Amino acid sequence: MNVQDKVIRIIAEQAMIEPSDVALTDTMQDLGIDSMGLVECIFALEEAFDIEVPFNANEPESSDFDISSVATVVAGVEGLIARQKG
Amino acid sequence: MKRVVITGAGTVNALGLNVPDTLEAMREGRCGISALQFRDVERLAIQIGAQVHDFDETAHFNRQQLSLYDRFTQFTLIAAREALAQAGLEFSGELAARSGVVLGNSGGGMTTLDENYRSVYEEGKNRVHPFVVPKLMNNAAASHVSMEFNLKGPSFTVSTACASSNHAMSQAFQMVHGGLSPVMITGGSESMLCFGGVKAWEGLRVMSKDACRPFSANRNGMVQGEGAGVFVFEDYDHARKRGAEILAEVVGFAMTSDASDIVMPSKNGAARAIAGALHDAKLNPQDVGYINAHGTGTAANDKTECAAVADVFGAHADRLMISSTKSMHGHCIGGTGAIELLACIMALRDGVIAPTIGYEEPDPECALDVVPNVARDAKVDVALSNAFAFGGLNSVLALRRV
Repeated sequence: MNVQDKVIRIIAEQAMIEPSDVALTDTMQDLGIDSMGLVECIFALEEAFDIEVPFNANEPESSDFDISSVATVVAGVEGLIARQKG
Repeated sequence: MKRVVITGAGTVNALGLNVPDTLEAMREGRCGISALQFRDVERLAIQIGAQVHDFDETAHFNRQQLSLYDRFTQFTLIAAREALAQAGLEFSGELAARSGVVLGNSGGGMTTLDENYRSVYEEGKNRVHPFVVPKLMNNAAASHVSMEFNLKGPSFTVSTACASSNHAMSQAFQMVHGGLSPVMITGGSESMLCFGGVKAWEGLRVMSKDACRPFSANRNGMVQGEGAGVFVFEDYDHARKRGAEILAEVVGFAMTSDASDIVMPSKNGAARAIAGALHDAKLNPQDVGYINAHGTGTAANDKTECAAVADVFGAHADRLMISSTKSMHGHCIGGTGAIELLACIMALRDGVIAPTIGYEEPDPECALDVVPNVARDAKVDVALSNAFAFGGLNSVLALRRV
């Protein structure tokens, strides 16, 4: 399973929907994931890929990790894997 | 109903190991937040806290006592000694039988837990010290205070996370107010600045890595502290009869539950607690000159709290002062309301309003007079102390100058 599919599976599990129902253009809000759900999601991504995601729930927008859509989260995870495990 | 007054105060926190030093630090706007010092701190993403340094427990307690006193109990006993010395009370006979101790605490003996988990899980030991349980239980501090001062009346521990101390003091107030007890020792303490304690908080992603900046637009989270605050709540007539010095009067309280979310605060729950305390104390909103805010420095708390204050006080919200002393002593969780009550007493008694330090940028969602960075002289007749806990459990106390 590639990074994108794995990220989508994690997000889908958090949103309690099927991975096939997650679109790359969806925002967390579209998927019904609130701020605590997002923190849980990020924890799951860190565990799944063995990475450290820089994220502070007080300032989600100013974090280096772009959570504005599923696509940006996938790109963020790929970037972190390259930097932290490359 | 009995009037309830405060006749003694004591504390240990990062700003000072007693009340005078703490109030001086608040007046000077000193920050007690520094680099955390304990085992494995390098494995934490969050490495700052308002830790009590230069604290020598062996100067206060003997070997036998230390085998039973977790750090949160040590802080409590030292604060209780200071408060009772100031009150000048000794308990015997009928007074002892009816006086008790109600304290707030959230994590219990977290340092004791951390050390012993490490020993059995990490080091693989199969034996722990015989006093682990009596040392870590949440009521240990209240029990040791009862033993040291011979308090034989109603005594217990209240645990409502960040509102524990305010709930405890509300309960103690009720007991004296209703005539159940002539004197109650109350307040709270916390000490969870250890690897496991901070690691757990880190997981929530609400902690700041650099500073606690309540109400400032660039705030980025809370900073944890540790310490204790202990007070003597006494029946006014009892205090007057023995010529005790009165620090302030407790005139009312309210407790509410948001019944909505386990971590996100609710404006309505907070507003109902503030309005409830005013109602209980038979005060008008315009009587209030100062509010010691819950003011954690998180995005969620500060804007919700300011909106709640604006709701309750209307136009008067722009005339009162509201500051968060957590910017100096950190968020002392189950002990925080007790330490913060000292700022209310200072406002009423000394006419000095403790500042919100670390304030750098105005936030339109927190557009109140937060007494930025520098303490202010002001005559205040009534002060409120807010506490809004995780779990949506809120408690607000109202104090009046005597």
